[in-house]
Amino acid sequence: MQPGNIHNQPATPQPAPPLAVSRKIKYTLAALAGIGLWFALYRQLHSIAEYLTFSLLTLEPGSRLGEAVLFFFYDTPKVLMLLTLIVYGVGVLRSFFTPERTRKILAGKRESVGNVLAAGLGIVTPFCSCSAVPLFIGFVTAGVPLGVTFSFLISAPMVNEVALVLLYGLLGWKVAALYLGTGLVIAILAGWTIGRLRMERHIEDWVREMHVNASDIPDQRLSWTERFDHGKTAVRDIVGKVWIYVVLGIAVGAGIHGYVPEGLMASIMGKEWWAVPVAVLVGIPMYANAAGIVPVVEALLGKGAALGTVLAFMMAVIALSLPETIILRKVLKPRLIAVFLGVVGIGIMLVGYLFNIII
Amino acid sequence: MEIKILGPGCAKCGEAEKIMRAAVEEAGVAASIEKISDFQQIAKFGVFSTPAVVIDGQIKCIGKVPSKTEALGWLAG
Repeated sequence: MQPGNIHNQPATPQPAPPLAVSRKIKYTLAALAGIGLWFALYRQLHSIAEYLTFSLLTLEPGSRLGEAVLFFFYDTPKVLMLLTLIVYGVGVLRSFFTPERTRKILAGKRESVGNVLAAGLGIVTPFCSCSAVPLFIGFVTAGVPLGVTFSFLISAPMVNEVALVLLYGLLGWKVAALYLGTGLVIAILAGWTIGRLRMERHIEDWVREMHVNASDIPDQRLSWTERFDHGKTAVRDIVGKVWIYVVLGIAVGAGIHGYVPEGLMASIMGKEWWAVPVAVLVGIPMYANAAGIVPVVEALLGKGAALGTVLAFMMAVIALSLPETIILRKVLKPRLIAVFLGVVGIGIMLVGYLFNIII
Repeated sequence: MEIKILGPGCAKCGEAEKIMRAAVEEAGVAASIEKISDFQQIAKFGVFSTPAVVIDGQIKCIGKVPSKTEALGWLAG
């Protein structure tokens, strides 16, 4: 649009590169520098915690108080740093997905394939738990099979990035991977089972009679700058909200770490046959977020609680929450609610037993 | 101008309402703001991720809290 451009005199300075490009370079450099700094600091955390505990507070290494304080000073920044990095990454990743797009992908999918896809999309689709009902209506009216919709609704809260980060940071990648894998399998199989049970008539009538015109919102194309902003917003929203639970959770964990005798938990959350169902039943009405529960879980494990029992407890707390169930009651008849709780609950128990047996 | 904020009433929906109110005040336009939290009504708009903002029957955003700049843009448009 600038006719003069082609005939530019050599003397005139070239126009600066388009703003978008220079900004992209700036962002990339900033991101790389940020990640480098992050790793440098992350590797020093243990030395810093030791310095704070033993040199600055002059606590004795190996003493109860010293170990508890060290645990706190090391784990708190470690978990918060991991959380910030992952939440940022997931925030950017999620900017590629919207519930509208996910619905389009899932509508018209056959069941088994659809269940797998739905469980996977449940992880990356941004979705706030209070949107469960509108989303349910949107999916079902668009022709997403009921079982596939459930696979999504189960996987979205259960496979949660905060829970994964904490499991990885406190218990290692194996436990985190187990949690991710079994969470997905439960979402896939529970959704598939609900689909097989042909429960469509147990959706509230007004939902089935509803004819929804898909909203005509054009698919937004986002620039990378906007995607990075999504990451930043996610960090502000999520880390800003959960950090206090992480700190409190780790403080409780540190207390258990230093003061509860080894093996005590083995008698309460052990491998007895009743331990797993009790853990699930106790977990359902509890509505703690992942951030607060994982540090406690870690400390329990350290004192001899069985991994399967503890995982079952954690899944029940995160995936089956009473408030969400009450909200879902608006669109589901009691029978379908009961089936949902039953199928997911049984899935979680199987996971619990499985790990108690193999580990 | 008729502004509707769709959302069952979680923190994000409240935030969307606050931003729209602030934007209306800043733009100095005459507008009614209504919060809709009934699921049946929300679904009638074809909206299934909340919060959403509807201005004069037109859906402006879905599934996120708008920024104030965005909101001002809709009010001016």
